[in-house]
Amino acid sequence: MEKKSVHAFNGTAEQEEQLKAVIREHHDQPGGLMPVLQGAQEIYGYLPYEVQSMIAEGLGISLSEVYGVATFYSQFSLTPKGENRISVCLGTACYVKGADKILEAIEQKLGIKSGECTEDGMFSLDSTRCVGACGLAPVMMVNDEVYGRMTPEKVDEVLAKYMNNDKAGEAQ
Amino acid sequence: MTIEQLNEIRESKRELVMVRKLIKEEGEKLAEKTGYRKQVLICGGTGCTSSGSHKVVDTLEASLKKHGLEDEILVVKTGCFGLCALGPIMIVYPEGCFYSQMTPEHVERIVEEHLRDGNVVKEYLYQETVHSDGSILSLNETNFYKKQMRVALRNCGVIDPEQIEEYIAVDGYQALAKAVTQMTGDEVIDEVLKSGLRGRGGGGFPTGKKWAFAKAAEGDIKYVCCNADEGDPGAFMDRSILEGDPHCVIEAMAIAGYSIGAQKGYVYVRAEYPIAVKRLQIAVDQAKEYGLLGEHIFGTDFSFDIEIRLGAGAFVCGEETALMTSIEGHRGEPRPRPPFPAVKGLFGKPTILNNVETNANIAQIILKGSEWYSSIGTEGSKGTKVFALGGKITNVGLVEIPMGTTLREIVEEIGGGIPNGKKFKAAQTGGPSGGCIPAEHIDTPIDYDSLIALGSMMGSGGLIILDEDTCMVDISKFYLDFTVDESCGKCTPCRIGTRRLIQLLEKITSGKGELEDLEKIEELAMHMKSSSLCALGQSAPNPVLSTMRYFKDEYLAHINDKKCPAGVCKSLLHYEIDADKCKGCTLCARNCPANAITGKVREAHVIDQTKCIKCGVCMQNCKFGAIEKK
Amino acid sequence: MENTVSLKINGIPVTVPEGYTILQAAKQANIEIPTLCYLKDVNCIGACRVCVVEIKGRRGLVASCVYPAEEGMEVLTNTPAVRKSRKTTLELILSSHNKKCLSCPKNNHCELQKLSLEYNVDEDRFSGDEEFPEVDDKSPYIIRDNSKCIKCMRCVAACKNLQSVSVIGAIRRGYNVHVGCAFEESLNDAPCVGCGQCVVACPVGALTEKSQTDKVWDAIADPDKKVVLFTAPSIRATLGECFDMAPGTDVEGKMVAAARRLGVDKVFNMNFTADLTIMEEAHEFVERVKNGGTLPMFTSCCPGWVKFLEHYYPEFIPNVSSCKSPQQMFGAVLKSYYCEKEGIDPKDLFVVSIIPCTAKKFEVTREEQFALGMPDVDVSLTTRELGSMIKEAGIMFTGLEDEKFDDPFELASGGGEIFGATGGVMEAALRTAAHILDESLEVTDFTEVRGQKGVKEATYTVGGVKVNVAVASGLANARRVIEDIKSGKKDYQFVEVMACPGGCINGGGQPIQSDSVRNNVDLKALRSEVLYTSDKNNSIRKSHESPVIKTVYGEYFGTPGSEKAHKLLHTTYVNRKK
Repeated sequence: MEKKSVHAFNGTAEQEEQLKAVIREHHDQPGGLMPVLQGAQEIYGYLPYEVQSMIAEGLGISLSEVYGVATFYSQFSLTPKGENRISVCLGTACYVKGADKILEAIEQKLGIKSGECTEDGMFSLDSTRCVGACGLAPVMMVNDEVYGRMTPEKVDEVLAKYMNNDKAGEAQ
Repeated sequence: MTIEQLNEIRESKRELVMVRKLIKEEGEKLAEKTGYRKQVLICGGTGCTSSGSHKVVDTLEASLKKHGLEDEILVVKTGCFGLCALGPIMIVYPEGCFYSQMTPEHVERIVEEHLRDGNVVKEYLYQETVHSDGSILSLNETNFYKKQMRVALRNCGVIDPEQIEEYIAVDGYQALAKAVTQMTGDEVIDEVLKSGLRGRGGGGFPTGKKWAFAKAAEGDIKYVCCNADEGDPGAFMDRSILEGDPHCVIEAMAIAGYSIGAQKGYVYVRAEYPIAVKRLQIAVDQAKEYGLLGEHIFGTDFSFDIEIRLGAGAFVCGEETALMTSIEGHRGEPRPRPPFPAVKGLFGKPTILNNVETNANIAQIILKGSEWYSSIGTEGSKGTKVFALGGKITNVGLVEIPMGTTLREIVEEIGGGIPNGKKFKAAQTGGPSGGCIPAEHIDTPIDYDSLIALGSMMGSGGLIILDEDTCMVDISKFYLDFTVDESCGKCTPCRIGTRRLIQLLEKITSGKGELEDLEKIEELAMHMKSSSLCALGQSAPNPVLSTMRYFKDEYLAHINDKKCPAGVCKSLLHYEIDADKCKGCTLCARNCPANAITGKVREAHVIDQTKCIKCGVCMQNCKFGAIEKK
Repeated sequence: MENTVSLKINGIPVTVPEGYTILQAAKQANIEIPTLCYLKDVNCIGACRVCVVEIKGRRGLVASCVYPAEEGMEVLTNTPAVRKSRKTTLELILSSHNKKCLSCPKNNHCELQKLSLEYNVDEDRFSGDEEFPEVDDKSPYIIRDNSKCIKCMRCVAACKNLQSVSVIGAIRRGYNVHVGCAFEESLNDAPCVGCGQCVVACPVGALTEKSQTDKVWDAIADPDKKVVLFTAPSIRATLGECFDMAPGTDVEGKMVAAARRLGVDKVFNMNFTADLTIMEEAHEFVERVKNGGTLPMFTSCCPGWVKFLEHYYPEFIPNVSSCKSPQQMFGAVLKSYYCEKEGIDPKDLFVVSIIPCTAKKFEVTREEQFALGMPDVDVSLTTRELGSMIKEAGIMFTGLEDEKFDDPFELASGGGEIFGATGGVMEAALRTAAHILDESLEVTDFTEVRGQKGVKEATYTVGGVKVNVAVASGLANARRVIEDIKSGKKDYQFVEVMACPGGCINGGGQPIQSDSVRNNVDLKALRSEVLYTSDKNNSIRKSHESPVIKTVYGEYFGTPGSEKAHKLLHTTYVNRKK
């Protein structure tokens, strides 16, 4: 079994300061672990071993309890997400309108499965529960942008936007 | 804040808001008094934001400035109007013109022609509001709104949720003032009890009873929790209320706190609802600033504070004990009951938990009285219910109907029927805990008891319409897949039962099902219902049981004939090219992602079934109808 | 008088105190309801659903282990619906269970197996196709085989609630829920103290000690090895349970006889080094008191406790007595004094300890304790392992005639005997410390520190010195005591800690009684009674009065705390990560 994070941890001193501030804020609050984990994920983007250890130490609870909570809720991620986070809504409204086909098309296009990240770190793909844009079903999101009334054909078009951006970024 | 101050604010803002409630002439008269010739309301809820309403707002504000209209025309960002499918939505008062599917380009024209020159841009209006004689209907005259009755949603799409004064203008916090200054805790509870209000989160437990238990429980510290962790896939009622009228939840929680003797409230809200969280936080901050939360509310001994806690993606946290465990900072696993939360809840203290929609009814009950409230609805189900109408229906959106409205009225009138001329097959209520109502029961009145009798449940309010293209085995697999994912794993029947159940369903949809699998499914389902620890596990088999009850023939078709009648289950269907119809245009072959189609130009093509992944792209692309799904 | 409620269970009227669960009430009607996740004093979460019963007028079934008995309630524990539900639950558990029962260490003692038989289950009815998880056998003491785990969470509760260590917990959710350490680390790499309370709590074969009986068999068979075996104070009080004898039966004589029949060369009495520990520890304590040393002093005989302190309170390392544990002292004495005396090359001596403990398997590997450049003790076996060796050797334990331990380590004082129970070390130490401080004192019984309470306190004034003592068993209690010391709330001079609740008699290596016994019988009290009875009947009550002690000091160590004693009988500790 793989121990600890597979990805090297690149936390900065600044991030650590931020995390410490979050821990201080919630230290004496009953049930403060969840808000701290949420804060930590906002700071680091995910919750690796090093971050959870700091939280356990800071809140005075065991690492296994922190880990138990972090692995219970689907919002928390133990691995870094891609630069562009794609999520496909699999809520009922989207599902009955073919959201699974959208997911499949993206999986095929990027060569990754839901829950994974492309090797170059550009895209991560997740299926999510209802994002609340049922009127636009089926819906996919890239970062905070919502793309509604999707079809498998439109997937290429949407992804291309972000791929081009990346290439432009690389060229610079 | 004193009651006098509250009333002052109300009066100062009343006219401004009333313009949006009165129609035309009356509104116009009132508008003159407010200093704003017109008010433009734009939905800033999640649905419309997703379709770009923020860009519409930006353009509108810039354009108004350009034309020097910014002091005459008031722009109000509201919560959800309900008709999400038509977003972004924009309404102009006092006329009440309903513009739909707005784009920044549309806005420019509306500013010039309508807002500046006074000529409504009819072609951008929601077409149903344009009468054949050219006159324009108001929103409330459309089919979508006509049969609705807005109690919980009364302020959604009417007020600016980020302005506490607008809420106060529509009698906001009057109920709290009345409760703490004129009523005892018992009187408040009695009023709620007599109203017949039942919990809108799914179970339908009488709200007043819950409060009475918590009031009777011993303890100097008590809590009021609000469940805003709306998790049903396809349900967004609570989100819309929080986005459109967050203060009504705060007010209700304070009233509940007063009635049971609690000093602190927690709102547990889905982190996936960023707009709702933001508006709720603004509302809490404003309420504190105005002294409507905090110490000595309205000069009484009553003090109450609210803290917002974010959920982190666990459906089971909608279960009351799991929600409390989660607030306490643990894995959101349910605890056995008794002890019930009213006796021993959050942090071991007496606690009541109501969901957002339940709370949205409270202030009205206190203000207008239980008699008024209980006059709405049916014998066992009083008041209204908000549904998130979705799936294969024309008017996707949020609707609030009096209990007892029939499913037919919702589907055919409010919902505008099934698109593309398809046939209504069933409605799914209660999400992964509920079941389906088949076409033969479309005249069922919607209330707690009729739904239970049909083997479904009210649930929190997801109402998904299914048409003939939906496979009922597949849909029960969909819901079960959800519960498999969301089971907390604490108790055996749910942890292992859901998994074995979905494996059996997968066996059936992949064409390997045997008749005895149906018996096993039923046995497992009954076991989970009787023996699971919490409601999630107890109700997880409902979608399966319900579809097996009404659509047994579909299950049998999968098992005996190895066919999926709706043409959904991939393993049971294949695509074929009709050589007579195929023109050899090669379009299908070029689009096939699996390179499974071969053939020469102008000759009939063939699908290699071993390579075909059954995605259906070929069929969508064929211009000659030569490809058939079998 | 406490309030009571009256109810009917299967038509039988019972009256029980308010707050009793249905499960507890049923016992009064002589009805046993099966359980899996429930374990008295440890876990009560209503999760496995095996204990479901019907309540008249209530829909669905309820878990009797958590459902309170209510006035007028009518409970049915044996209806078709109840039986069917239990059976299906068991079948579901078995559908994801690794049913390699024949070679399972818990075969015949497995709660799941027992219930499966009782409920006539079809073990393949709902068979799944999941792959079994990997086995964690990296630690020297405990093996976790999650393919056998039924997610009852008893181990998690033991680790968290009893021990406040919480090194294991539930991970992920739904079907993927499993028990493990954070980030799926091995127990070996996590701050586990090795106490083995999880092993004792496990109803199935998911947690077992790492068996080392093969090593002992090999040594016995090796003509070049001289194998000596010694037994810890509490083994006599528990070994009989491996042979279905009633809990609380003193089997010292049979134990010695059986051990000898295994083929070892000598069978010694570890109570001797319990006495030796007292000699060293009592002197160390008096020294600390007199010379302003670090106080309070903590006892050091429990390896689970020592590792706990090293991981979680390293700042208190100076407070721990530098004395090795009795096991380690015995190993050191055997490989030095005994070898010299008998003319044996220490390399040829194979020392086996029988200890009610899994943490001792770790202790024998601590290199800082290798006084002679080799482990003091070669193999440390649990009571259970000794039991299995005796069975494997075909020795009919219950019929054996009593035999005596071998010379020269045969006799010990009553102080040494009570080492196996919480408060025993403290009492034995006080007997000797009191003597050092004031030779005229004739106190023997310090009853305030006896009994099963988690934390016991007392104050004694001896020779003008006032001593506040505390005795804690169960690490959650130990944590409370340390926190009280840290915060200045309490002022102690001497603190005894045993990691396992009740002390070694309830150790992680002791025989595992079936749930139906454990949930009804106070095993800790029954087992410790054996030790205190023996102490009472012993003509030598105090460690310093033991003739063996006198000989060993006379012939070898000189005085307690001598240079030789320090080299062989004392040790240092390690600051470990959390």
